[in-house]
Amino acid sequence: MQDANDILLSIKGLRIEGRTDEEWLDIVKGVDLELRKGEVLGLIGESGAGKSTIGLAAMGFARDGCRISGGEITFDGIDMRAASEATKRGLRGRRIAYVAQSAAASFNPAHKLIDQYSEGPVKHGVMSRSEAESDATDLYRRMQLPEPDSIGFRFPHQVSGGQLQRAMTAMAMACRPDLIIFDEPTTALDVTTQIEVLAAIRDIVEQFDTAALYITHDLAVVAQMADRIKVLLKGEEVEESDTRSMLANPTQDYTKSLWAVRTHARPEQPPVVEGKPVLSIRNVTAGYGSVDVLKDVSFDIHPRRTVAVVGESGSGKSTTARVITGLLPPRRGEVLFNGEALPPDFRRRSRDQLRQAQMIYQIADTALNPKLKIRELVGRPAQMYLGLRGKALEERIRELLSLIEMDPDDYIDRLPSELSGGQKQRIGIARALAAEPQFIICDEVTSALDQLVAEGILKLLDRLQGEFDLAYMFITHDLATVKAIADEVVVMKDGVVVEMGPKSEMFQPPHDPYTELLLSSVPEMDPDWLTGLLEARTTAANG
Amino acid sequence: MGLISGLFWLAVAVVLGLAAGWVFRVVVIAASPKPIARELRTAPLTASFGMLVILIYILVAVFAPLVAPFPETEVVGTEYQPWDDVHILGTDNLGRDMLSRLIFAARNTVGIAFITTALAFILGTMTGLLAASVGGWVDQVLSRTVDVLMAIPALIFALLLLTIVGTSIVNMILVIALIDSTRVFRLARAVAMNIVVMDYVEAARLRGEGLLRLNIREILPNAMAPLVAEFGLRFCFVFLMISALSFLGLGIQPPTADWGSMVKDNATLISFGDITPLLPAGAIALLTVCVNFVVDWQLHRASGLKE
Repeated sequence: MQDANDILLSIKGLRIEGRTDEEWLDIVKGVDLELRKGEVLGLIGESGAGKSTIGLAAMGFARDGCRISGGEITFDGIDMRAASEATKRGLRGRRIAYVAQSAAASFNPAHKLIDQYSEGPVKHGVMSRSEAESDATDLYRRMQLPEPDSIGFRFPHQVSGGQLQRAMTAMAMACRPDLIIFDEPTTALDVTTQIEVLAAIRDIVEQFDTAALYITHDLAVVAQMADRIKVLLKGEEVEESDTRSMLANPTQDYTKSLWAVRTHARPEQPPVVEGKPVLSIRNVTAGYGSVDVLKDVSFDIHPRRTVAVVGESGSGKSTTARVITGLLPPRRGEVLFNGEALPPDFRRRSRDQLRQAQMIYQIADTALNPKLKIRELVGRPAQMYLGLRGKALEERIRELLSLIEMDPDDYIDRLPSELSGGQKQRIGIARALAAEPQFIICDEVTSALDQLVAEGILKLLDRLQGEFDLAYMFITHDLATVKAIADEVVVMKDGVVVEMGPKSEMFQPPHDPYTELLLSSVPEMDPDWLTGLLEARTTAANG
Repeated sequence: MGLISGLFWLAVAVVLGLAAGWVFRVVVIAASPKPIARELRTAPLTASFGMLVILIYILVAVFAPLVAPFPETEVVGTEYQPWDDVHILGTDNLGRDMLSRLIFAARNTVGIAFITTALAFILGTMTGLLAASVGGWVDQVLSRTVDVLMAIPALIFALLLLTIVGTSIVNMILVIALIDSTRVFRLARAVAMNIVVMDYVEAARLRGEGLLRLNIREILPNAMAPLVAEFGLRFCFVFLMISALSFLGLGIQPPTADWGSMVKDNATLISFGDITPLLPAGAIALLTVCVNFVVDWQLHRASGLKE
């Protein structure tokens, strides 16, 4: 097995630089990598670790504003750095294929799936057009896509996200390449869909004995897919070893900290039996146009409690938030705040009603005005609602910044663009706190963040809840987050509340079938998890 | 030989222009505070040259009475005198000093164009942001009105309105500002439409911010880059429109000096192989090109391209 001729891709001392305004900065700082035929190597790390950049470099490609400045890239004896554009073009699609994170953004919306499938093999002269089409049908069947004979004749917007990701993997397989680069292929998908895509990818890679670079930030996912794992941090290798020994005993501190992330959990607070809920949603039905997105939804949120609202995309989680904030007046039902009905439209709510319910958004980049300084972003609610001016306002802003563990002197006059992702989210939290609310809606606040950073945010929210007696409604699709922070859980599907109750009960059987599906679909840090799960599901289906 | 030497002098002019731009950039960077200097360092030579020329125009316009050798409207010689030591660029059709009128015209034409463009921008941006942030029937009424105004060719519409309200400088400024504000409205509305859907605007609305603050603090700052770039382009169009109207006799009225009517008044000289009437046209052309150099640079920066 250790035959040198077996090596398909070899990267030595790879250095890649990226340009910021005037100077070139190192993105990848001397990474070595070897991939044998038919082997799957997982590249993991936080954002900015250089994973995707290395993936693209394996194809001899550097993004706009980047350049490969040093090292060797050899693919099956071909020096990719010295190869001409024509040579590289001949390899790409034919012998090296690439599967991008967002299939929806990568497919051309104007052409049918099968036309896009055929383009590669026909251009490279591997197959004729009709051969390519029948081959596509065959691969669609192997990828377990529904209606494999006709699905290719649909346009990208006519199939679901998970199906599109599988269609893209099939497309990458079209020329039976020796190497496929998967760049976070399941990150944008729900857990339930993720399973299908992971199973299909693993299956097809095994069937054709294709080598793969699997890039992801999710350890549990990479554990299912890869033979070996390489951990990257800021463009440098931390460690590399085969999957089982890496999971069993990581040697580096950084790797250990990654492994430990999912351990944050706080004890559940006892359920509130008596007392007025701070917010209660009563029989709400709401929707857009003629479609009802929410159907008869009711639940309560008590002071100092965190209610997690869970479900896949399209389940109505965010619509619930829009009804509560008054952006979407419900068709029927009402929202009570401390026992009083809130006006359905936010424009009719009093300033105090607006102040009491704040919101923290998923993507801090779009939730903070990029042209305003931290001082104004955080200070404005305090100025507006509490009438603070001059010195008092300045002191309040500084106090809020200290609360979110950011040094006021350093940050108060910065713009959002001068902050990291986690810091931006902290500013979002400070802005919500500035209004001194009783209730905060957190809409997927950690899902755009790396695991270590996300954990910091969860801890902060936890602490603030205790200090200011806040009630949270936590919208998320990530069950690990639910475990970490929730007191009560509401599971939603297709606009209906499927199940709700205290966290401890939710994670104990018996479950509603949908809750069961959700829970069992969360990847675990066990390399045999996917295989075991699929077997169990097949047995259940047949039995 | 004529062609070759022409090309040679053109090349010399370009090199000198870029060199002047480079010197200007170095000097300004050294003289300005750090944040501005950092921005300026990204300016290409063309933009530096553009900024230099615009600065010279502004200085000439502001200090016109000091720079010009003769008064603006006084007859100081016979008609159509050739270039000589006293009248460096000769005299015009009434015997006024050509160079002095060129200098004063910078003040009139550029000043009026600037005021007009500024008015057009204030009007267009305010209505555009309003249409985008309020939406509904306000948007419909404003947008359809603008559609109607834009359906009529600009120059003809301007001539029509000026004949109705009478020709005076104030009327001309108002008419051109109105017509140009429709174009600005379009851009401002389109840019603002993309901004009002952002989460931070939603957050501001949920906070209970009023319309004024929503537009001025949340939307306008994020719409500035394309609007500033458009300001430069619009300025050129307004400039050309004023010159065109003056050439047709409906713009700036004699004896006030302005580049458009100076071309018209001295046009006959062209038949005699004298290039004097082309000088005011050249002044217009140079300023237009220079403004566009600077606008291109700003557009490039706003688009965030790295290559």
